[in-house]
Amino acid sequence: MNTTNLFKIALKAISANKLRSFLTALGIIIGVASVIAMLAIGQGSKRSIRKQISEMGSNMIMIHPGADMRGGVRQDADEMQTLKLEDYESIRDEARYLSAISPSVNSSGQFIYGNNNTPSTIYGVNEDYLTIRQLKVEDGEFFSEQDIRTAAKVCVLGKTVVDNLFPDGGDPIGKVVRFNSIPFRVVGVLKSKGYNSMGMDQDDLALVPYTTVMKRILAVTYLQGINCSAVTEDATDQAIEDITAILRKNHNLKEGTETTEAEVNDFTIRSQEELATMMNSTMDLLTILLGSVAGISLVVGGIGIMNIMYVSVSERTKEIGLRMSVGARGIDILSQFLIEAAILSIAGGLIGVFLGIGAAYAIKMAAHMPIFIQWWSIIMSFGVCTFIGIFFGWYPAKKAANMDPIEALRYE
Amino acid sequence: MEENIHRKTVIELQNVKRNFTVGDEVVHALRGISFKIYEGEFVTIMGTSGSGKSTLLNQLGCLDTPTSGEYILDGVSVRTMKRRERAVLRNRKIGFVFQNYNLLPKTTAVENVELPLMYNSAVSAKERRERAIQALEMVGLGDRLYHKSNQMSGGQMQRVAIARALVNNPAVLLADEATGNLDTRTSFEILVLFQQLHAMGRTIIFVTHNPEIARYSSRNIMLRDGQIREDTENHDILSAAEALAKIPVPQDD
Ligand SMILES: Nc1ncnc2c1ncn2[C@@H]1O[C@H](COP(=O)(O)OP(=O)(O)OP(=O)(O)O)[C@@H](O)[C@H]1O
Ligand SMILES: [Mg+2]
Repeated sequence: MNTTNLFKIALKAISANKLRSFLTALGIIIGVASVIAMLAIGQGSKRSIRKQISEMGSNMIMIHPGADMRGGVRQDADEMQTLKLEDYESIRDEARYLSAISPSVNSSGQFIYGNNNTPSTIYGVNEDYLTIRQLKVEDGEFFSEQDIRTAAKVCVLGKTVVDNLFPDGGDPIGKVVRFNSIPFRVVGVLKSKGYNSMGMDQDDLALVPYTTVMKRILAVTYLQGINCSAVTEDATDQAIEDITAILRKNHNLKEGTETTEAEVNDFTIRSQEELATMMNSTMDLLTILLGSVAGISLVVGGIGIMNIMYVSVSERTKEIGLRMSVGARGIDILSQFLIEAAILSIAGGLIGVFLGIGAAYAIKMAAHMPIFIQWWSIIMSFGVCTFIGIFFGWYPAKKAANMDPIEALRYE
Repeated sequence: MEENIHRKTVIELQNVKRNFTVGDEVVHALRGISFKIYEGEFVTIMGTSGSGKSTLLNQLGCLDTPTSGEYILDGVSVRTMKRRERAVLRNRKIGFVFQNYNLLPKTTAVENVELPLMYNSAVSAKERRERAIQALEMVGLGDRLYHKSNQMSGGQMQRVAIARALVNNPAVLLADEATGNLDTRTSFEILVLFQQLHAMGRTIIFVTHNPEIARYSSRNIMLRDGQIREDTENHDILSAAEALAKIPVPQDD
């Protein structure tokens, strides 16, 4: 008995009972399709979040006043004032591995122009902030060093603020808008970034010199934060070390000795990297969860193959007896049923792959979920389904092969 | 039986016994059967129900092995053969015809006939098809090659089964109640076919309930209770074709 004949026999048996064959494959089809769709959703979410994090500014390092809050301890107002302008200056001058650095002082308030007004947030920064947050000035220009030195009342508006203040589409450059009744001359408009994955409007902001926010709006001497960019992603850790050393020195924090513990940092440094890792592990968990639910349905599909193969073997007992009486050996019968199982699961797997890809795109269209189909998820689910089909096909096939031809022929 | 000395022995049974154990009871289906069957014989095996005819035929067809005794088919001893070897032997040397035809459902006549050759890798697809068509032409179904098994009458299905039994050019053709499901006229048509095959030199063993059929064969073995009661040569073989001609053709009404 050669393999070609075995395939012919198996194909004939499959086509002789199309509905049963389809139902057998259905479990596998659904299993494979759901594995691919689920993994596509998991991977898609992961990628889109990672992309958004890197869009927020790659290699970003954020310095906040106050001790690390991850322990959940609330901080008092004094602690929130530990970050000074001098800290910013010494980090700027002394820290290595940084490509950009900007102080950050924010204030919320109302913008008014003519009859239009809109609530928004004003960010006191310097020009490096554009690099750090990957922003671009679309119209006009960014404010100058001179503006920072003089705490000039100039601003660069985000698209949303422009749209709200100038609904008729007038050119905002050179116009004077008011923020909490302080007049600001618009010198530039930022290129739109749209919404991020958490649904936040990234264009609802205005950038002004940090000196202006400190002196004219908030009247404070401390900073709410310092944002930096490391030269490369790999340099982030070294940059953080440098910054920590500089800030500890500036703040006169004592190092630990044999008898005393080191004073804790009164500032917190977080990197983009850290945030991304946190997000990644959450998304990985989600992907594993989705994947294992789908994997279970794949196994259930395999049990379906076994069940229907089992029925099929009993149903075809007489046929098996006849085949044996005309000279089929046990191995021929075994191979026939195994090949049937393999063909069904491979065909089911192929249909499942297409269905899964289709389902993933349908979900993308209907629910606007980000998807990403990885080739290994296709290969894996396909391989697993073939294995499952043959694995679960084995037992009924073995049962068929071990039948006594006389008994089988007499079977009614 | 002087003449038999010069003829080739196809089948030889030496004191073959077959016991079945049912619960703690032992059924002696065959109680020591010995005979030789020579090439070109048309042997009918008769006996009452339960006398062991089917059990004997299963031994001859290598579907089963004796509890004791020796069975030599075409020069090889079957008793000590493995399952796998017996399958190959059935494929090359045996042609089986069953009472209930046992055709593959939803499968064409020619594909049914090809089946034994599917399990013989020495036969190419082309040769297989040619031999199947040849066998179907021999049984008078040259015009029904591509009819499915469920589109045929009982007589036609039995012809397909006979073609399938012939396609591997077997040493012996075994039939168990091959006419049992057919009406008188169709039974005789099948009998005519068997006589033609006999005339062509085929060795045939035909199990039947019908004593009349024995008169159309060359030898008759009577079984009773698992033993041979009578083994007679028939020197006055009747012609099935003549008998068929005398049966009135059913009138259309
Ligand atoms: N697999 C088996 N297990 C137990 N007993 C069996 C088995 N096969 C046959 N027998 C017994 O062996 C005896 C002979 O059976 P066999 O089928 O050979 O009879 P037969 O002559 O073919 O009868 P029939 O004319 O009704 O077909 C019977 O008593 C039967 O019950
Ligand atoms: Mg019987």
